[in-house]
Amino acid sequence: MGWQLIRAYTLLVYLFMFLPVAVVVLLSFNASQFGSFPMTGFSFRWFVELAGNDAILRAFQTSIILGALTALISTTLGVLASLALVRYEVPGRNLISTLLIAPILVPEVVLAVALLLFLNFLSINKSFFLLLMGHVIFTLPFVILVVQARLVGIRRDYEEAALSLGASPVQAFFQITLPLLAPAVFAGMLFAFTISFDDITGTLFWKPGGVETVPTQIFAMLRNSISPEINALGTVMIFLTVGLPLIGLAIARRMAMQRGS
Amino acid sequence: MSAVSLKNIVKKFGGFTAVHRMSMDIPDGSFVTLLGPSGCGKTTTLRMIAGLIDPTEGDITIKGQRINDVPIHRRNLGLVFQNYALFPHKTIAENVAFGLKYRDISKADAAMKVRDVLELVQLPHVSDRYPKQLSGGQQQRIALARAIVIEPDVLLLDEPLSALDANLREDMRVELKRIQHRIGITTVFVTHDQSEALAMSDRIVVMSNGRVEQIGTPQEVYNTPASEFVSRFLGISNILPATCQAVDGQDLSLELPHFGKISMPREKAPNVSQPGPAQLVIRAEKLLLAEKSAPADDRIALDGKVEAVDYQGQAARYFVRVGDQQLQVINMIDQHPFEEGSDVSVRFRPRDCAALPGAAS
Repeated sequence: MGWQLIRAYTLLVYLFMFLPVAVVVLLSFNASQFGSFPMTGFSFRWFVELAGNDAILRAFQTSIILGALTALISTTLGVLASLALVRYEVPGRNLISTLLIAPILVPEVVLAVALLLFLNFLSINKSFFLLLMGHVIFTLPFVILVVQARLVGIRRDYEEAALSLGASPVQAFFQITLPLLAPAVFAGMLFAFTISFDDITGTLFWKPGGVETVPTQIFAMLRNSISPEINALGTVMIFLTVGLPLIGLAIARRMAMQRGS
Repeated sequence: MSAVSLKNIVKKFGGFTAVHRMSMDIPDGSFVTLLGPSGCGKTTTLRMIAGLIDPTEGDITIKGQRINDVPIHRRNLGLVFQNYALFPHKTIAENVAFGLKYRDISKADAAMKVRDVLELVQLPHVSDRYPKQLSGGQQQRIALARAIVIEPDVLLLDEPLSALDANLREDMRVELKRIQHRIGITTVFVTHDQSEALAMSDRIVVMSNGRVEQIGTPQEVYNTPASEFVSRFLGISNILPATCQAVDGQDLSLELPHFGKISMPREKAPNVSQPGPAQLVIRAEKLLLAEKSAPADDRIALDGKVEAVDYQGQAARYFVRVGDQQLQVINMIDQHPFEEGSDVSVRFRPRDCAALPGAAS
């Protein structure tokens, strides 16, 4: 009896979480020109219109460039920071580690306003570059957490063996440490990309005038009306942000399998 | 010429001194073992020779060259780790060829060297596999192959057999010694296992608390331990308080409570140079138990009583009360072991004993 209740309750919780998402996906295929029930037929019409909407395409382009650059910079910095924190005796290691992770702990609004005020104080205008830096700040902790966890598990023996065989420290890093770290680097990169791609709070504060990312574009469209296009866009977003990590995971598994591990 | 020589090496970690003023010379082509319990500084010493840590003081020379400031990747050493440390993302052939990439060797020569060395470690058919597909013993052979294929000046082995199970360990011991002998490479081997050290080494360096206790051939350190630590660490010893009464040209005479006077050759106690407090060391297997009624022989005989028996199959370890001392005796079993509580005759030859200066610590 007790278990039955818990089961039912769990089911309700999941329904509450996923039903709205399912509704959006379902309605994006609705032929009706109102983005709501009842459905009048199955159609790709809104996806086609989406593909013809310049504002949205521009937003997509911005988001993808922003996400890719964020992933690249964040991962590079994250790997370097993790190496320093795990492999070397850096003075104040714990403090630095906490500072790097802190952006996760601070509410994003606070971080966003703080950075904005700071830029104002320095009389620096908002720009795409600063938006990018903002994204790097709050994706960096995720990369560091993932990479650090993996790096701790890679025994120093491997690097020492490579050094003893004649590889310089840099060669040892690229030949041994980086390949062993690859799954974590890859995961960190995907994390950074999806978090950046998804972000709205920080982006709203930091984006310069005229630049829209996909989330801010949706937000702007919602202010006028609820168009079925938004449902279609939502569906695309869902497949991108859920699908990408899944594909990544599959690739990582395959890589691991090939190495016989 | 010494292949490796350490001069007054000191290593401090913060306030802790891991190695105290260590000096030793390792002759070219020899197999030298650093033996001691964990924390004695043996691995620290090996890592200093390897260049993985820097000595706080002192000089390390390899083939006459001071190498303190030479980084590890320019030292031309072969290093084998306890956990093999084969690169998991590279095949066996790639692992073995790794060090050759950083040397001026053509691809064809490298491939030939890899093939030859895999032959040497008796694993010619595993080139295309990954390390995880090999057993522990095979992985350790590959690790050895990877270390020797670069023709290093010195081969450094850090407890390479510890991760293997008992039977395999003994096979690998023989195998390792065979390969070392075959290529004649100077080898420094670190272990806490006395039987490995005794079986494999040309010389053993016994260490404790960061200090060298004794350097000698396996027979020297086993039969004439230079300190109480060495006699307790290797094998099972009975260490009895004694008084040295006289030292003359050839012999040394000791007086022991209950045992009486014992005269032994001086070479068994090189460190006892003058009369005074001393200790007599008798190995457990150098004592012989006999029936009380057994006829006398050339051995000194004392009356004893068996207090406990530890049956080990072909041998037994007895705890025998002699006067106010409990002695440990290891004897092969002839038909039946002596029983607990039986009165026995405990016999030994003075020339099988060793003596140390100073009172017991």
